[in-house]
Amino acid sequence: MKLSEIIEILKAQVICDSDLSLDYEIKTACGSDMMSDALAFVKDQGMLLTGLLNPQSVRTAEMLDMKCIAFVRGKIPGDEIIKLAKDRGIALLSTKYRMFTACGRLYSKGLGGGCDEE
Amino acid sequence: MQPIIKTYVIPGDDFTHAGEASGKVKAMLKQLGYDSDAVRRIAIAMYEAEINMVIHADGGKATVEIHPDRVELTLQDSGPGIEDVELAMQEGYSTAPDEVRALGFGAGMGLPNIKKYTDDMKIESIVGTGTKIYMLVKAGKTS
Repeated sequence: MKLSEIIEILKAQVICDSDLSLDYEIKTACGSDMMSDALAFVKDQGMLLTGLLNPQSVRTAEMLDMKCIAFVRGKIPGDEIIKLAKDRGIALLSTKYRMFTACGRLYSKGLGGGCDEE
Repeated sequence: MQPIIKTYVIPGDDFTHAGEASGKVKAMLKQLGYDSDAVRRIAIAMYEAEINMVIHADGGKATVEIHPDRVELTLQDSGPGIEDVELAMQEGYSTAPDEVRALGFGAGMGLPNIKKYTDDMKIESIVGTGTKIYMLVKAGKTS
């Protein structure tokens, strides 16, 4: 799924694009407020949906080679998080949807979790 | 061939910068041309160990040895030590306080994740003295 489609489906505000193309293809996603749960997920070209608003959400995405984070429940990250994300080339979005709804909207449009069980 | 050896000081009680050393190691391995899947596994394992060190042990030291066919990491701290290593290895077991959970960690997945992503892992821990975690990930260059 293209980043542009994700932005549209989540009705998201782009906090910073970090030079990531709107055509960037995101293949899988993971939704979690617990970073170790996200770190148990190791798929290429994924995105993270989280309500966790601290630098560790960016660092977790960095370790996982994720290029996009969507903050749910309308959360807006502070300058420190935005700077870290820009340095790491990670786009930040903010959506007003809650975690369950945000994940459900993306899943129903075809973005999977990349898990064997699906 | 001599390995490349790098040492990093992990500052304690600095949650904002936790993960910086792992990020540097990841960037260096990528630049050296190591296989991206192995680099990701190394980065995740080191990051979990680094976070543990910041949460539980007031920081410590990380040593990374980069060989042509593998990467070995040793993270050593002078923290309180782990009372029951076998129990700590179980998924979901955590002694992290609530404020750490509020920061997104302490789900009891750190050590199990390290085990999952490494080809070898050893923990030596003495209560009151500290903990040493050794990790090995087989890794080769793609080019």
